[in-house]
Amino acid sequence: MVQNFTLLIPLFPLLAFAIIALLTRSRNRLSAWIAILGVILALALSLGVFLEALAEGAELAVNPFYGAPIVWYPYGTATVNFGWLVDPMGSAMLFMVPTVCLMIFIYSVAYMRHSHTGKDGHTIHEDDPRYARFFALISLFTGSMLLLVISSNLLQFFIAWEIMGFCSYALIGFWSFRGLKEHHIDDAQVGRARAASIKAFLTTRVGDVLLMTGMILLFITVGTLDFTQMFSPDGLNNMLLGEPPIGALQWPTLIALLIFGGTVAKSAQFPLHIWLPDAMEGPTPVSALIHAATMVSAGIFLVIRMYPLFVFDSQTGGFSMQTVALIGGFTAIFAAVLGLAQNDIKRVLAFSTVSQLGYMLAALGIGAFVAGSFHLITHAFFKALLFLAAGAVIHAVGTNDMLKMGGLWRKMPITFLTFLIGALALMGIFPFAGFWSKDEILLEALRLGFFSESGAAPLVQFVFISLATAAFITALYTGRQLFLTFFGKPRDQHFYDHAHESPVTIWVPLAILALFTTVIGFWNTPFAPAFTGYVGEAGLVGLPVPFEHHAFDQLALISIFVSLGIAFGGLFVAYFIYGFRPVGAGQPDPLERLGIIYRALASKFWLDELYGYKINLDGTARAGLLVRFVGLLSRFSYWFDRTIVDGLVNLVGWFGRIMARLWGWFDKHVIDAIVNGSGSVTGEIAGWWRTMQTGNVQNYALIAVAGAMAFAILFLLRSFT
Amino acid sequence: MLSAITFLPLLGAIIILFLPNDNAIKRFAILWSIIPLALATVAWVVFPTWPEFTMMNGSWCSPEINAASLEYYLGECIPWIPALGIQYHVGIDGISMPLIWLTTLLTTLSLFYSARNISTRVKEFFALFLLLETGMLGVFVSLDLFLFYIFWEIGLVPMYFLIGIWGHEQDRPQYAAIKFFLYTLAGSVFMLLAIIALYLFSTPNTFDIPLLTATRDNSVWAKDVLISTAAFIGFFLAFAIKMPLFPFHTWLPDAHTAAPTAGSVVLAGILLKLGGYGFIRILLPMFPGTFNSFAIGIGALAVISIVYGSLVAMAQTDFKRLVAYSSVNHMGFVVLGFAAAAALTNEQLINPELGNYFNSGATAINGAVLAMFTHGVITGGLFFLVGMLYERTHTRELAQFGGFMATVPIYGGLLLLTAFASLGLPGLAGFVGEFLVLRGSYTTLTLLTFIAVIGVIFTAAYFLWRVVQKVLLGKADEKWVNLPDLRGYEVLTLVPLAVLMIVIGIYPNWILDTINAATEVILKTMASV
Repeated sequence: MVQNFTLLIPLFPLLAFAIIALLTRSRNRLSAWIAILGVILALALSLGVFLEALAEGAELAVNPFYGAPIVWYPYGTATVNFGWLVDPMGSAMLFMVPTVCLMIFIYSVAYMRHSHTGKDGHTIHEDDPRYARFFALISLFTGSMLLLVISSNLLQFFIAWEIMGFCSYALIGFWSFRGLKEHHIDDAQVGRARAASIKAFLTTRVGDVLLMTGMILLFITVGTLDFTQMFSPDGLNNMLLGEPPIGALQWPTLIALLIFGGTVAKSAQFPLHIWLPDAMEGPTPVSALIHAATMVSAGIFLVIRMYPLFVFDSQTGGFSMQTVALIGGFTAIFAAVLGLAQNDIKRVLAFSTVSQLGYMLAALGIGAFVAGSFHLITHAFFKALLFLAAGAVIHAVGTNDMLKMGGLWRKMPITFLTFLIGALALMGIFPFAGFWSKDEILLEALRLGFFSESGAAPLVQFVFISLATAAFITALYTGRQLFLTFFGKPRDQHFYDHAHESPVTIWVPLAILALFTTVIGFWNTPFAPAFTGYVGEAGLVGLPVPFEHHAFDQLALISIFVSLGIAFGGLFVAYFIYGFRPVGAGQPDPLERLGIIYRALASKFWLDELYGYKINLDGTARAGLLVRFVGLLSRFSYWFDRTIVDGLVNLVGWFGRIMARLWGWFDKHVIDAIVNGSGSVTGEIAGWWRTMQTGNVQNYALIAVAGAMAFAILFLLRSFT
Repeated sequence: MLSAITFLPLLGAIIILFLPNDNAIKRFAILWSIIPLALATVAWVVFPTWPEFTMMNGSWCSPEINAASLEYYLGECIPWIPALGIQYHVGIDGISMPLIWLTTLLTTLSLFYSARNISTRVKEFFALFLLLETGMLGVFVSLDLFLFYIFWEIGLVPMYFLIGIWGHEQDRPQYAAIKFFLYTLAGSVFMLLAIIALYLFSTPNTFDIPLLTATRDNSVWAKDVLISTAAFIGFFLAFAIKMPLFPFHTWLPDAHTAAPTAGSVVLAGILLKLGGYGFIRILLPMFPGTFNSFAIGIGALAVISIVYGSLVAMAQTDFKRLVAYSSVNHMGFVVLGFAAAAALTNEQLINPELGNYFNSGATAINGAVLAMFTHGVITGGLFFLVGMLYERTHTRELAQFGGFMATVPIYGGLLLLTAFASLGLPGLAGFVGEFLVLRGSYTTLTLLTFIAVIGVIFTAAYFLWRVVQKVLLGKADEKWVNLPDLRGYEVLTLVPLAVLMIVIGIYPNWILDTINAATEVILKTMASV
């Protein structure tokens, strides 16, 4: 029953956006409550659909809730229709997205109030100057994500995807401008936010263009963008009909890779990960939204949605899944290493997101569909928790720099506890969410790489080694973050004195997310894999083959101990470096002893300088080589336009004027001299030519007609001879 | 009905000449221009539901012409110069309908906006503007090449004066006006030649577009390769200059920059579309074979316009000039769509087994026509926004601005919306046409389309980097501390456009439904059996 109202889910937040933007802009509290109400309604309806979906069970995968009643546009004799599609993973997203978003919304009510010291020395609390605008934008963000989750058509999916791109742009750049009398941000912040927002939009735009190209080619080769039709038995086979595009590269591979290009940008995978760390310039709730519930999850969800295509490609001999696994596996360790050398509490989390998304993609790439999907759900909860807790710390302390913190657990015990739960989940420590999902991925990689019946797979072995190493580093940098922030002695007394426990509207969402982080993993334990049964047992639309699942065995037990061992190992090393002898005030990070390696890490391997956009702390930005090249090309084009193209036009005009003048001279000195007395005629001709320069309009029309007649006569003559 | 829509503005222009004072003229012109807008709205909403309108119920012309014009609505046909076979023949289909409506809408908005901003030579301005409207509407309703040509030229003259007289002094308005005029005129001369050639080599000799199209496959002008190629090139040059297509575009930045705000709005919003309209009304149905052999070349020019236009736009420091170059960028998509449809071979058009090709062609044409419409809405809006900023700051140098999102939030919000609509953000109008063109073009012009896609990234880059960042973001400047936000009448000017941007972006079916009906007909006439 409820499923027929699925299309209304995204409507509530979108409506909230419209109402705030048009009507209640000037009323801060009211706007916040409208936004929250929008999410609550969306959540209620989503839960209704989710419960109905759960009741259907695994069958839902092959017979999803589906309807496509809206004709979006006609083309020739066919139409493109929009509607809804809910399969098991989609329903899990419907549970996750609005839940996490609601927590973020509630948290933002207090977070978007700033405190600063007034002239008389008292602390003043006041709302952000664009408080209502913030709630409007995050409502739009949430609504677009929900629209994306329920989309029945890839084009509809893409539209929602791009609106999210706009939201992330506007929210990362939320502080990219300020009025003269506003002091909640400084100029450096304005500059950084401005550069970061553009960087985010343009980097993801590169991926969007790849995705759009893939989508169009898919449309052409398959003949539809509707998911259920596309993945119907004939749908994907249509792709093999046409000539392969480039050499040995078959259509499914090319299209899958192009679509994956969208994911690489949106989910910040190497080499398009460069925007995500800088995206930290947005307010912290935005980071939580982007990193957990919406933006980057959308990229992973795209691969999940298009999974039948990837599998189809793999079955027909393509290498798109291997590419996904390779990029995911590499990014997981690459980003984890970079996370080691960040001092900004949010940037550490940013790199951890990039790394964890790599885990998910690696899992999807090696064929561990359920494990990858489950990690997407659990990660959303604990990453939202981590960001919001980090935000609470920043809000209370007034800085992002972990080297200026220390010992904060005494000042804000609740925040510390919730952060700790999130951090343990991220490290993969029992019994928190991340343990179960990450262990599942490692187990699958281990099984498929080393103990597969079809022989060893070097790529999967690489993925396992990469992910296992990354797990160690994850525990290391997360431990570093814990010790630097909450333990030891305060390194900056001023900030420490400023710190205080968070108000109730901030810690309650934290507590709820912490609760979810603690329990959600039990949805899919190796002993009782309920999630696996639900999402994986019946395969997918168009892929009605159950995903391979093994009962709890020896290997699973070993894997549990291996992954726990790795996590504790990393944590222990972190304790050895940062906890055993805490970093003192003004002391450098012990890692700096690594010299050039540390510098390479701190400057993110200089990729920004190569093809990105380097944003400095003081708000200035420096374009990388590639961006400079485009700038140069642009200036050259303009020069070419003015000098060559327009130059030719002006040359023709000049030539005309010279001819007119010559004719005038000829007229006066030659014809006049010869035909003495017929001055009136010459005068007319001369006057006629002179109008060429003065722009008498009627005469131009006359020229046009006369010239045309002349040509017409030529034509006539030609046809008669 | 169509004659009323077309000539009411002319009548208004004449009435204005007898009105006593400026205020009366302004009020009269605005109110008067609402009549064609209302009529056009009625025509759009009502005509497809009244089947009798599809007949030639207003015709005194020959049965051949009537038979050829069955697919046109609201037709009227009266012999005009019978000795030369010239008819006053008008009629519309799903492609001209949206463009006519847009013309009347943008005219009303422009007059409404100009009433507050034009204070010199008011009588001439408003009279010329209405005359201009008649010229533009005339092109969209004409079904006779002679009539088409006359209206085409009528539009030229008022525009020339609008730029020359009310242009901004520092932008060399005289130079820009003459350049605009001569350049376009040069193009029209070639068109006139082509028209005469068609007349001379058709049997019976006629200027009638439906009749020429219907008798195409049996006519000398289409069979003789030299004549059809020469005539095609003649038409093409006129349309390519008007569009404008690279390398014929350099009149555009000068004319746009120099023109007064309302002039730029109509120039970008409607006048450029006359070129695109020529592609779809004349080149595609009348020269499918010739167009097919030139399709790749024209498609290449279109792609150059897209990529090169965006690169040049990126280098601009003047806000208005940037928007002008963005037109080159966007009109490239329109031409690409038409070229892609033209690239379909005859077999692909008539063979139902290859239905995918027919539908791809339809997608390309639908996209190109919709792109014309949305470009009119969006770029019209952008020029209004540039003008409003200029009225306040008396500069258009992007480097002078900053932080306006904080100081003038309503202006900021509308500029943000329009800029994102222009760069093709899905959910807003610009995306739909762009996507359809790319979708349609990939089937026939694969490689070119792939290059065109790169232009999409550059477009986003220049709008974000040059427009949004320079104008809206950053720290507010002391200089603009007292900058007033948009006034009521300015918001009122922009709101209809903003609503269109959002509505088309979210649900384009209502307009594409109209366009698609006509596109199918055109694709069918393109095929020779």
